[in-house]
Amino acid sequence: MTPTSITRAKLTRIGYLGALVLLLVAPLLGLYPVFLMQLLCFALFACAFNLLLGFTGLLSFGHAAFFGGAAYICGWFVVAEHWPPELAILAGVAVAALLGLLMGLLAIRRQGIYFAMITLALAQMVYFVCLQAPFTGGEDGLQGVQRGTLFGLLPLRPDTVMYYFVAVVFVLSFLLISRIVHSPYGQVLKMIRENEPRAISLGYQVDRYKLLAFVLSAALSGLAGSLKTLVMGFASLEGAHWATSGEVILMTLVGGVGTFFGPVLGSGIVVALQNQLADKVGAWVTVIIGVIFVLCVLAFRRGIVGEVLAYFERRRRLGTDAPPAQ
Amino acid sequence: MDIFGIPLQAFLGQLLLGLVNGAFYAMLSLGLAVIFGMLGIINFAQGALYMVGAFAGWIMLTSFGINYWFALVLAPLVVGILGVVIERLFLRHLYKLDPLYGLLMTFGLAQIMEGLFRRQYGVSGESYPVPDALAGATNLGFMVLPNYRAWVVLASLVVCLSTWFLIERTRLGAYLRAGTENAPLVQAFGVNVPMMVMLTFGGGAALAGLAGVLAAPIIQVTPLMGSNLIIVLFAVVVIGGMGSILGSAVSGLLLGVVEGFTRVFYPQGSNVVIFVVMVIVLLVRPAGLFGKEA
Amino acid sequence: MKLKPLVAALVIGLGCIGAQAKDTGSGPINIGIVTDLSGVYADIDGPAGVEMVKWAVHDFGGKLMGRPIEVLSADHQNKPDIGSSVARKWMAEDHLAMLIGGTNSGVNLAMSKVAAQEEVPMLGVGPGSARLTNQDCNAYTVHYGYDTVALAKVAAKALIKQGYKKWYFLTADYAFGKSLQSDATKVVDAAGGTVVGSSLAPLGTSDFSSFLLQAQSSKAQILAMANAGGDFDNAMKAAQEFGITKTMKVAGLLVFINDVNALGLKATEGLQLAAPWYWDQNAASRKFADRFFDKYHRMPSFIQAGDYSATMTWLEAAKKAGTLDGTKVMAELKKMKINDMFAKGYIRADGLLINDMHLYQVKTPQESTKPWDYYKLVATIPGDQAYTSAADSTCPLMKK
Repeated sequence: MTPTSITRAKLTRIGYLGALVLLLVAPLLGLYPVFLMQLLCFALFACAFNLLLGFTGLLSFGHAAFFGGAAYICGWFVVAEHWPPELAILAGVAVAALLGLLMGLLAIRRQGIYFAMITLALAQMVYFVCLQAPFTGGEDGLQGVQRGTLFGLLPLRPDTVMYYFVAVVFVLSFLLISRIVHSPYGQVLKMIRENEPRAISLGYQVDRYKLLAFVLSAALSGLAGSLKTLVMGFASLEGAHWATSGEVILMTLVGGVGTFFGPVLGSGIVVALQNQLADKVGAWVTVIIGVIFVLCVLAFRRGIVGEVLAYFERRRRLGTDAPPAQ
Repeated sequence: MDIFGIPLQAFLGQLLLGLVNGAFYAMLSLGLAVIFGMLGIINFAQGALYMVGAFAGWIMLTSFGINYWFALVLAPLVVGILGVVIERLFLRHLYKLDPLYGLLMTFGLAQIMEGLFRRQYGVSGESYPVPDALAGATNLGFMVLPNYRAWVVLASLVVCLSTWFLIERTRLGAYLRAGTENAPLVQAFGVNVPMMVMLTFGGGAALAGLAGVLAAPIIQVTPLMGSNLIIVLFAVVVIGGMGSILGSAVSGLLLGVVEGFTRVFYPQGSNVVIFVVMVIVLLVRPAGLFGKEA
Repeated sequence: MKLKPLVAALVIGLGCIGAQAKDTGSGPINIGIVTDLSGVYADIDGPAGVEMVKWAVHDFGGKLMGRPIEVLSADHQNKPDIGSSVARKWMAEDHLAMLIGGTNSGVNLAMSKVAAQEEVPMLGVGPGSARLTNQDCNAYTVHYGYDTVALAKVAAKALIKQGYKKWYFLTADYAFGKSLQSDATKVVDAAGGTVVGSSLAPLGTSDFSSFLLQAQSSKAQILAMANAGGDFDNAMKAAQEFGITKTMKVAGLLVFINDVNALGLKATEGLQLAAPWYWDQNAASRKFADRFFDKYHRMPSFIQAGDYSATMTWLEAAKKAGTLDGTKVMAELKKMKINDMFAKGYIRADGLLINDMHLYQVKTPQESTKPWDYYKLVATIPGDQAYTSAADSTCPLMKK
């Protein structure tokens, strides 16, 4: 309504457009497409996780089960059943959603720490299945997953083509999450996050709302995992390990819980760090990640994007009419 | 004689080994339970502190010639001091916040500790010799039990009982328990609550360090030894009841035995049976087997 | 959402990436080695193995077709996805001309698939799994030095001959261990023995006690270790601790000189093992070994010797072919006769180096006259008999 908020909305749209443009031209800038795709997969995973943590207020310590589990399902359908990529991805998403439903049904009844612990325990059981099941290849992982041809028309083997496919899926998922959060359903989730007893007293079936959020988050995490299998050509235990659950928490925390772009930024930082440092200073990566974690919890609980937004909010409330800096 | 088709010997052997593992679970989850019960912090770094304890013992032996028996006292001291430092620098700021932040903070600290040791020592592990006094084995008929493992069970029982006694039956323990329930009131009586909190965390850490030294001669001293265990420890504490100190120690022992039992019939399942139990307990008795709250 | 964070996000996210290296036909040639630099296999290959690749480059003259050669190295941490990702990155981004596969069969299997896709020769020196040249073979993979079939045919056969008929396997739960167990089982079965049981232990297990108890209760005559490196050492120590060595024969199917050194001659005397190379086998190997000893104060394992030999062999093949093109160099490799301090043999159509295997026995402390004088030669088995025969191979490349 005020001039400032109109300008802000316009700037936001320009910002998104700019991001989209960058996304589209990135491979042409000579950046390694496989790295970019890895980034996008984790960004999607973090956004999916944020739907549960940031917008519903539930901290799950077991999201690797969806990410890693779907990765195996998608890979297996390609390798063993020779399914085309789009069907294999759908299979991964479906299984992740189903897992999310089962885990959610068991975990939703509990709050806070207990919820986190249950999701951890259930995820460990999924990890166990991934380790033991003959089709996963155990420690060796599921190797040799071909990308195939999308809808029978588009060969995904060239990295650049695959990149645009992943980018499109990412953008669509991002928009989907945005839609969900801004919808009436999303408003109820927000209310549950901020004051659950009040939501219950108003007559909302809180558990059902939370369960749906859990399933959606699981399904989108599964989408990220399936995509990653096709990008990298393999599915491994790494994806289902609890350390990956910890990593996605970190990505969301660093970027900004409850913001839209936070998880994307957070995952970008973490993946870039791991990639760049792994070659040179391998063992320091764990230490650096730990340090970032600690700093975030101590001083940047809102995450980078969260802190930036809070800064601008403070400035606005202090009465400056000037629009936010470019 | 056979039990379910498995020779009695094998059965008892695995149960006994399971008891030894259980002794470690008990000691480590004791530290976790103390820290959670008293401070409300879920210490993800308990495994890393255990690892630091083991390394402290190894470094003392190889670089300073300090033998096992001294290390049993010195290493926990070192780790306890480390715990105190962690509490003062990092955890102190989080008490007013959601306990999940404590979890995340200690997760980060665990990563740092593990990463530093990995950087320095690689992951292949260092060997720590069994002290001479405890070397050798006893033939129990159904299996040969190395004496050292029997010692571990004994030590663990002593430590767990002493800790429980300290907290539940002494004045200091009473102050601790009161201080965490109502700090201002207790402080008004002249008790230094922040100091007690600091020492409690240090105590929990020291327990982990002690477990580390005890474990060193059995398993390789490697930077990964903590992270392999920590998830299991959480399960143990949740099953026992997160506020109950005795509960977690008893659960630790029980679950070690359950694991051993599973190893007889379905060896691969031994890794996951604890989590299955945890899910069942959380559904049926959410406060845990010995827990207090509803 | 604000503009600033969005742009900042993308810039930070993407800005950490370095520029791509394009192969313009000039500038350094990149070759690489991916191995376990810090885990259970770090001693038998590890950083010393990387150095051996560099020595080969140096001894070759440091240049190929006028261009200097750079050796890249990475730690796969025993994770196939790390190995696979590094291999892909090097081949696609850094125009890697050749990859040496270090230890860990699972990682090598993953990397060989990438090598096939990118058409870059990969020489697996460290892995054991015979799958690399059977069901998982491809035109760009060479298995250089030994494999689980050869180990089984040489070591397992020798043990069966000594009368050990009832076997129990303690197996590392990944590609190598499982290959070794299945190949050895075939030998045991063919010789009239039986496998009464087995345990799968995760790679890097430190406490083998529960597995060993299972082995003991199986009443087998021999406990065969289908594992290697740190796993083998820990399992052996635990076997002694629990008195298993008094009731069963304990045997390692893949034993390195580092293991014998770590465990000591008293614990290993009489142990029979199969290996393609031993430092003291002839004058050329001694010369290489002494040079290694001067730097590392220990004798090289056959994998470290293999790293040197494989690199040298590829360099010579590339020189002969006059090109870095993967397909052409592979063709040259399969034409060459190899005869150096490491091996005498040739590379078959399926990519397998057919070299002679030796059966050694560990000396008693009295028999050992100088440091690292651990083995005596019992028999030499020609490559054609030690490895999978052409008829039994399941590799499509062998069917002409």
